[in-house]
Amino acid sequence: MNTVISFLEASIVAGTPLLFATLGELICEKVGNLNLGVEGMMLMGAVIGFMVGINTQSAMAAMMAAMVAGASGALIYAFLTISLRANQVVSGLTLTMFGTGFSSFIGKSLVGQVAPDAIKNFFKPIFLPVLGHIPFLGEILFRQDVFVYVGYITAILLGIYMYKTSQGLNLKAIGENPKCADAAGINITLYKYIHVLLAGALCGLGGAYLSLVYVPAWQENVTAGRGWIAVALVIFVSWNPYKALIGSYVFGGLDIIGFRLQGSSIHISQYLIDMLPYIITIVVMVVVSMKKSSKNSPPKALSVPYFREER
Amino acid sequence: MIRISSIVFALLLVAIFIALLGLNPMGVYSSMLKGAFGSAYSIRETIIKAIPLAITALGISVAFKMQFWNIGGEGQIIMGAFLSSYFALRFPELNSFLLLSIMALAGIIGGAIWAYIPAILKCKYGTNETIVTLMMNYIALKFITYLQYGPWKDPNAQGFPKISNFSENAILPDVFGINIGWIITIVLIIFMYIFMNYTKKGYEIAVLGESEKTALYAGINIKSTIVISMLLSGGLCGLAGMIQASAVSNTLSVQVSGGIGYTAIIVAWLSNLSSPLILMVSILFAALLEGGSFIQTAFGIPESVASIIQASILFFVLGSEFFIKYKLVKNNTSTLKEVA
Amino acid sequence: MEKNIPYIQVEDITKAFGKVIANNNVNLTVYGGEIHSLLGENGAGKSTLVNMLSGVYTPDSGSIYIHGKKINFTSPKDAINSGIGMIYQHFKLVDNMSAEENMIIGQNTGIFVNKKKIRNKLFDICSKYGIDIDLKKKICNMSVGEKQIVEILKVLYRGADILILDEPTTVFTPQEAEKLFNIMFKMKENGCAIIFISHKMDEVMKVSDRITILRKGETIETVNKYETSPEKLAELMVGKQVNLSIKRSKIDMGEEIIKVNNLTVKNEEAIEVIKGVTFNIHRGEVLGIAGIAGSGQKEICEAITGIQAIEQGEIIFQGENIVGKTPREIIKKGVSMSFVPEDRLGMGLVGAMDMVDNLLLKSYHNEKGVLLNKKPTAKRAKEIKENLSILTPDIHYPIKNLSGGNIQKILLGRELDSNPNLLIMAYPVRGLDINTCYTIYNLIDDERKKGVAILYIGEDLDALMQLCDRILVICDGKITGELKASEATKEKIGLLMGGKSEEREESSVV
Repeated sequence: MNTVISFLEASIVAGTPLLFATLGELICEKVGNLNLGVEGMMLMGAVIGFMVGINTQSAMAAMMAAMVAGASGALIYAFLTISLRANQVVSGLTLTMFGTGFSSFIGKSLVGQVAPDAIKNFFKPIFLPVLGHIPFLGEILFRQDVFVYVGYITAILLGIYMYKTSQGLNLKAIGENPKCADAAGINITLYKYIHVLLAGALCGLGGAYLSLVYVPAWQENVTAGRGWIAVALVIFVSWNPYKALIGSYVFGGLDIIGFRLQGSSIHISQYLIDMLPYIITIVVMVVVSMKKSSKNSPPKALSVPYFREER
Repeated sequence: MIRISSIVFALLLVAIFIALLGLNPMGVYSSMLKGAFGSAYSIRETIIKAIPLAITALGISVAFKMQFWNIGGEGQIIMGAFLSSYFALRFPELNSFLLLSIMALAGIIGGAIWAYIPAILKCKYGTNETIVTLMMNYIALKFITYLQYGPWKDPNAQGFPKISNFSENAILPDVFGINIGWIITIVLIIFMYIFMNYTKKGYEIAVLGESEKTALYAGINIKSTIVISMLLSGGLCGLAGMIQASAVSNTLSVQVSGGIGYTAIIVAWLSNLSSPLILMVSILFAALLEGGSFIQTAFGIPESVASIIQASILFFVLGSEFFIKYKLVKNNTSTLKEVA
Repeated sequence: MEKNIPYIQVEDITKAFGKVIANNNVNLTVYGGEIHSLLGENGAGKSTLVNMLSGVYTPDSGSIYIHGKKINFTSPKDAINSGIGMIYQHFKLVDNMSAEENMIIGQNTGIFVNKKKIRNKLFDICSKYGIDIDLKKKICNMSVGEKQIVEILKVLYRGADILILDEPTTVFTPQEAEKLFNIMFKMKENGCAIIFISHKMDEVMKVSDRITILRKGETIETVNKYETSPEKLAELMVGKQVNLSIKRSKIDMGEEIIKVNNLTVKNEEAIEVIKGVTFNIHRGEVLGIAGIAGSGQKEICEAITGIQAIEQGEIIFQGENIVGKTPREIIKKGVSMSFVPEDRLGMGLVGAMDMVDNLLLKSYHNEKGVLLNKKPTAKRAKEIKENLSILTPDIHYPIKNLSGGNIQKILLGRELDSNPNLLIMAYPVRGLDINTCYTIYNLIDDERKKGVAILYIGEDLDALMQLCDRILVICDGKITGELKASEATKEKIGLLMGGKSEEREESSVV
């Protein structure tokens, strides 16, 4: 039983960077922009967060810096695709290319270094009173570090925002039918910029979690493709932040299962097990495409740039 | 004109960045040029780098013409390399011509199979090909890692996880000092040009790419067209993989594709899916890469700078599309008008 | 009609898109309590003008005054705030949301939505104007008429006293159009100013107080309804006298070419969209199908041509059942289909390609071998361009840049070129200028004389009655009635379109 609990606990930790990236890409797509630069933004956040963390010893400064880094990457993409109406797919791919190169470059001097103790302590697991005592669930959910709790809260806040507020309704309108939203008087450009930048900040945070808490050190390509899994996860959870919570943690579990099985009596090569998250993503995609319904569809105007004066 | 000025802008921006590093931008740029074209050796190296890029970009452009977003070039290269490596390692003593032909065929088949899977999923279930092909990249990569650390590990490598080198018979011969891949590339460019513009299949792919409904209306068999063009797409990538494994690395490793699958997408897009342009752009990108590795040794600038430069140029080209399509007209209020 | 300060005053407005001048020194005055129609052909500039009134476009020069105040709209929000409510031809509604939710978007109602307040306000408006609709229903589940009402409600909710309706009745039955007109009259009584855009002259004559005609981007004249007639209006629209009659040659109909027997078709969601449809067409006969858009017309066309899978039934073409055959096999049999969907370039043609490549679309596979020889087709392209007076810089010019009329001519040119036995046309004159319309009607009559069987799906009931020999009316996937052209009236057709069934006689061979 204890192994199950510890596995689930660890799954949440592993899934947290995925959660932030997924939530980010989710709101980005909801506003109609497909950003394939998630991997790049995560890496930018990871390296800048780590660098600031090493130099300032402050966790807060590091997180802030990571968010700014991710948002900066997103800004390039946003400017290109929103104001200059560039092709979203290529712009996103280029952002990933840029982010990878950028983080590799900046990180050159940081390779091998470990997160400073001050930060490590900040992210030590915190045992929540009362909640942490709930048998089974409490042990898994409420003995985590601050970042994980921020993850819970962010997902819930996003859910409330999207489904209960009028701004959330406007958001949905933009992604579904921008002409209609425009005719209704919504400032599409403003909404797009805000949400794309916010998405970048969240992705940057996700990346920083990897370099500051999860590993916790800087390695080249520390994200190892998680950004891409996040893009798939958004579809998997049907653009729903609540489902994103569950989906991210499930995939977090898949991520670590290879390592966990090593010590057990199951003798499969770690590398084959490493394939699992990707295979499962494909299976998920196939299943989702088999049962198409309007609840599970993407925003209708996804990846189409909006131009009011178009005849 | 606008495209060129955008590239110039990008270079300027990166020059500033380089200057901030305390280096002379002109010096760096001229070194890059020297590194790419300065000597017979560097020209050869540039062409060697351009070969897999061009072939892969050709493969990607077939898929893209059909609006099938094949992001899986990377994986298809790897699997092509894998299948051909199987034969290279299994029959090292076979007659070279025979062995290489088998390896080429295996490379094509390997890549084709890897592309067939997302194609059939799209046909049967309508599954989003962007994600599937992407995931297939990672699966392919992990598979090679598995082989490299496991069943195919070279016992003679003193515990270092690598796969054994190919025998002489399995290495592509050189022509004019460059592996024969360059001839293959030119042949393929011509072939693909004719295929896309003058054959029935090429016509069908173009129609399908424009609108599925129009393809149906014209009586085109959509499923078979998707499958055939993806087999072609993957096959080309797989061939590139075989060339890389055989001629460049002389073995199979996780680095066999080295990001070419992704760069090729950008090459294909920049070339507007046109075969002759693909050749030119591939050489350009290869020059950037080659120049990049040169300055790494010359100036200690890490290779990642090459991708930063590439990405910056791309950002500017992407942005400049806007100014080509729309003219900014100032009136009482400044508005944008579409250039008729 | 109050002759005070006009609600709308447009003075010398000019607007260009690139090289195309859409509005050239346009003038317009509309008062409160007036229904003012804007009449003109497609491309005359009507939509451009009203888009400037609603804040979507900004004028290049000239002035607009609303309620006497000069305005400078930079976005739709400004127009909404000035009391202008625009109801678009293509609905600006979010399908995935309910009617209620569509009311809320864009409003600054604070962070959380107060549904009760909104419902009350909506209820008041509905009672005032006699509107009856279920607000909780999702837009995607609504009929066209209901969607139209939601649009009107949206505009009234935002406090509009100026309404602009852009071709609102395009997809209505005559009865639904009546309902709309009644709401419009009520608004007029309440002092609203209404701009009504249409190209249907009978409607314009029915509802307007005054009419302004636009031609090629310029205001030609503003007339009083009682001082004009459809013929005079047509002449003003086109610039010269127009013969508004459609030729129908008297010929002997031949044998039956195609018989559709008990056809049933299911759509992607496994819902029956065609329910047991039976009809036939003879050589030299024009059979029309009338119905509200989406009643199954499209599916009938696609079923006959093999594009749509069939659940049950037979389609017997020249003695042979073609159910289950692929489109290619059917094309070979001479079922030439000129199918014009709403998105003209979405099915029949490839926009990015030139005329030659488009002409190849159905015949390319006939050539032997792998390569394409485009020379003979290029020659044919030049001939067709001559015959149909197609305006294009070159046969190698991408067709998506051409005007709607010319694109349509290319499509028709290709389809007629293959000398079909059966010609299926869906909305072939939609969105075309009057001259091209009548050119096409004449082409159809020529084909009739050649002995071709023609299936014609159209929305202009007058044209249907003049052009066709028989008219089938379809509603909700079923044929509700069949009328000989000589017996048909718009009222009869309208009722059948709305669902009232009639006894049918089997049409026998002449």
